[in-house]
Amino acid sequence: MAVTPPPVVLAARGLTRQYPGVRALDGVDLTLRAGEIHALLGENGAGKSTLINLLTGAQPRDGGTITVDGVDIDPDGPGGAVRAGIAAVYQEITLLPNLSVAQNLYLGREPTRWGLVHRSRMNREGAALLRRFGLTIDASRPLSDFSTAVQQLIAIARAVDLSAKVLILDEPTASLDTAEVQTLFTLLRSLRDQGLAIVFVTHFLDQVYALTDRITVLRNGRLVGERRTADLPRLDLVAMMLGKTPTAESHLSRRPATATPAGAPLVRAEGLGRRRLVGAFDAELHAGAVLGAAGLLGSGRTETALLLFGVETADQGQLLVDGKAVTLRSPRDAIRLGFGFCPEDRKLDGIVAGLSIRENIVLALQAKRGWWRRLSTAQQHELADRYIKLLDIRTPDAEKPIQLLSGGNQQKALLARWLATEPRLLILDEPTRGIDVGAHAEIVRLLEDLRDRGMALYVISSEIEEVAAYSDRVLVMRDRAPAGLLEGESITPAAIVNAIAADHHTKGAA
Amino acid sequence: MGRIVNTRTLPLLATVVVFVLIYAVCAVQYPAMLGLRVMGNLLTDNAFLGILAVGMTVVVVAGGIDLSVGAVMGLTTVALARLIEGAGLPPALAFALVLALGGLFGAGVGAAVHYLKAPAFIVTLTAMFLARGCALLISTDSIPIHNAAYDILAGAALALPGGGRLTLVAGIMLLTFLAGGILLHGTRFGAQVFALGGNGHFAQLMGINTGRTTILVHAFCSLMAALAGIVFSLYTRSGYALTGTGVELDAIAAVVIGGTLLTGGVGGVAGSFIGVLIQGLILTWITFDGTLSSWWTKIAIGALLFLFIAVQRLILVASARYGRSGAGPAAPNTPNQATSAPASRPSSGAAAPSAS
Repeated sequence: MAVTPPPVVLAARGLTRQYPGVRALDGVDLTLRAGEIHALLGENGAGKSTLINLLTGAQPRDGGTITVDGVDIDPDGPGGAVRAGIAAVYQEITLLPNLSVAQNLYLGREPTRWGLVHRSRMNREGAALLRRFGLTIDASRPLSDFSTAVQQLIAIARAVDLSAKVLILDEPTASLDTAEVQTLFTLLRSLRDQGLAIVFVTHFLDQVYALTDRITVLRNGRLVGERRTADLPRLDLVAMMLGKTPTAESHLSRRPATATPAGAPLVRAEGLGRRRLVGAFDAELHAGAVLGAAGLLGSGRTETALLLFGVETADQGQLLVDGKAVTLRSPRDAIRLGFGFCPEDRKLDGIVAGLSIRENIVLALQAKRGWWRRLSTAQQHELADRYIKLLDIRTPDAEKPIQLLSGGNQQKALLARWLATEPRLLILDEPTRGIDVGAHAEIVRLLEDLRDRGMALYVISSEIEEVAAYSDRVLVMRDRAPAGLLEGESITPAAIVNAIAADHHTKGAA
Repeated sequence: MGRIVNTRTLPLLATVVVFVLIYAVCAVQYPAMLGLRVMGNLLTDNAFLGILAVGMTVVVVAGGIDLSVGAVMGLTTVALARLIEGAGLPPALAFALVLALGGLFGAGVGAAVHYLKAPAFIVTLTAMFLARGCALLISTDSIPIHNAAYDILAGAALALPGGGRLTLVAGIMLLTFLAGGILLHGTRFGAQVFALGGNGHFAQLMGINTGRTTILVHAFCSLMAALAGIVFSLYTRSGYALTGTGVELDAIAAVVIGGTLLTGGVGGVAGSFIGVLIQGLILTWITFDGTLSSWWTKIAIGALLFLFIAVQRLILVASARYGRSGAGPAAPNTPNQATSAPASRPSSGAAAPSAS
C-alpha cells in the first residue's frame, strides 16, 4: 500500500435494482480510477449486466448514487451517461450497419457547414480518428463492409471520442480471434496510459490477468470484493466468484468415456460437404461418446453442425444413420431421426425471448409430436419443473419469460428443450460461450452425464481445454475444411492448438 | 474495388432501368410522348402524389409507415375550401393554417407511435379514419373555390420549349423533392432518420432521441400530406372530403419501386421520384392507347411492385451470402500462409479495408 492510488473517476455506492421476483443488484459499490483497467467479474446472474445498465442509464436504478469526478449524476438514458463521461461498448456491435463508418462515429454530432452535414470533413476527421486507433480505412464506406473486429474498434473509437472518462467493455473479446484480441489489448493499454478508466467484463480469466489492474467480483447481485489483480491468485479469484473453495479447475481434468466406443457408429458422415460452405469432412458419432470439434472462428466448425442437422443441405458425400444413407433437407428431418441442436447464438437462433421458460422447454418435444397431439398443461409443467430441477436453472418459477434469465440459465433451458425430446444425438455449438467459470463446469458436467447415459454428442467449442477434457475424439477444422482428427491419448490442448495452427498436413495424426 | 454494384444503389439502378425501358417503349409507340408537353403534364398531374411520396419516403426510411396521408390530404382540401369560401380567409392564411394543423396532426401520430409503443400501421390507420371522418363532417359535397388569387396560382406556369408548361404545382413538387433530399441526406436529422430505421434500439444506445425523431418524422409526413392537399386543391380548384382515397398506397408503391426498403434504414427520395414518374408514365401510355381501361394502371403497378419486392429480396439474400464470404477475412483461397493460421488473420483483416 505504499503506492498512492490514482484519483477516483467514478464512484458508485449502494446501487440497487429490483426485478419482479429477483433483486438483481443489491447495494453494490464500484470504484473506478483514472488510468486503470478494472475487471468486473462474476458468475451468471451475478449482476454484471445490470450494473452496466445502471451506469449507462439504460435502466433506472432503485437505489444508490453514482458520482463522476465528485459530481452526482443520474443518467436518464445513454445520452445522459455519455454527457457525464460514461460510454459502453457491447459484445454485440451496437452500431448501425446501414450507415457509413463516419456517420456511425459522429451520429448526432456531425460537423456542419451552413446548417448541413459537412460530409467530406466528417469522413476526413473520421479516418483521422480511426488512425489514432490503429485503423487505416475509408470512413465513407458502409459499416457493414467491415469485419466484427474492425467494427468493434470503431465502436471503441466512437465511445472514447465521445466521452474520454469511463469506457465500459462488455465481453469485448467473445467474438474475436487471438490476433484480434492482442490488437484490442494493445489499444486498451494505450488508452489506459492516457488516463482513461476502463471497465472490462469477461469470462476469460487469462485475459483478466493479462490486462487488468484491479478486479471487482459480484455474486448473486451482491459485491464480493475489490482486489488488486497482482495480489489475487487465480484460485482465490475463482473462489470469490463461486463463493466456495473450488477443487482447482476440476472440470478440466480429463475424464473420457468409461469404455471406448466400439461397433457401428450411430451417425457416420462420409465426405459430407457443401460448396461455398464447408469442404468434405468425415465424422463418426457413437452412442456414449463425445466427438469434439475445434478450430478458429470461420474455420467451418459451425458449418459441419449445420450440415449434420439439415439446416443446410449437403451437396456432396453421404450421411449414414444406423448404417442407412439418409438425406437431411431440413431440421425437421433431423429431429425425426432423433437429433437435437443447441445453436451458437442463443438470442438469434435458440430462445424464443418472449415465451416463458416452460414454453421454451416444451417447444422441441411438441414439434416432434406434431401440433395436433398437444402436451397437456399438466405434462408441460411436470416436464419444465423436472428439467429446471435437473439442470439447476435458477429462476423463481417456470413461467418467467426466458429473456429475463442470465446467459448460462438460458443455455440450460435450451439444453432442456432438446433433452426433453430424448435425442440420440445432441449437437452443441459453443455450449459455454458467454457463460462464466462456475457454469462452465456445470455445463461440462452435464455433457459428461449425458454421454455416460449413452447419448452421442457432437460438441463444437473454442474452449480448447474443455474440448480436450471431455472428447473421445476431436475433429479439427481449418479454412473451412478438416485439418485433422485426434484420438485417445493424443488429445491434449497443445495437440489441438498444433493441429489448428499447423501449416503442414496433419490429417490422420493419431 | 471490392464490389462493383453496391447493394444500396442497386435497387435505385433497377428502378432507373425500368423507367428508361418504359419510356423507350412509350416513345417508340407514341413519339408525341417524347415532348416536353407530355413531360410537363406528367409532373403537374402527379404533383400531389410526388409530394406525398417525399413524406412517405422519410417515414419508411425511419422504419415506419403512414396510412393516413390520403385522408389528411382530403381533409386539407375540404378544410381549405371551407376556410376560403365559407370564412372568406385569404388563401395565404388558409394555407398557413392547414400546414400548421397538418404538422401538429402528424406530431400527435408520431407521439402515439412512440409513447404507446404501438405499430405505426395501426396508429396511422386510426389517424386515417379520424381524418377522413373529420373531412366528411365538414362537408360531404365537393365545394368549388372561386377566388381570384386561387385562379392566378392555379394558372401560373413557366413556358417550356415545345409547347410544354411547368406549372406552379409541378414546381412545388420538384422543390419538395429537392428539400426532402437535402433533409434526408444532408442534415443531422436525416442521419437520425436512417439510424432509427436501421435499428431503433442501437440508435437509442448511441444517444439518439428516438422519440423526438419519430414525432418529427410523422409531423413531416403529415405536413407533406397537407401540402399535397393544397396542391390538389389548386389543381382542381375545389375541395372534396373523399379526395385522395387510396393514394397512400400509391405513395407507398412509389417509395418501394424507388428502392427504399420497407424494413427501413435504406433508401432516398430520388428513387421515389422515379417511382412516381413510372406510375404516371404507365397511366399516360394507357391514355394514349385509348382502348384500355385506366384500371390497367393498377395491374401494371401491382406487377411492378411484385417485381421490385422480389428483386430487393434477391439482393438481400445475395449480399448476405456473398457479403459474408467477401467481408469475412478468412478468404477461402489463402493457401500460402506464412507461419500459422492465427497470424494470417490480421493481414487479411487489413486487406479488407485497403480493398477500397
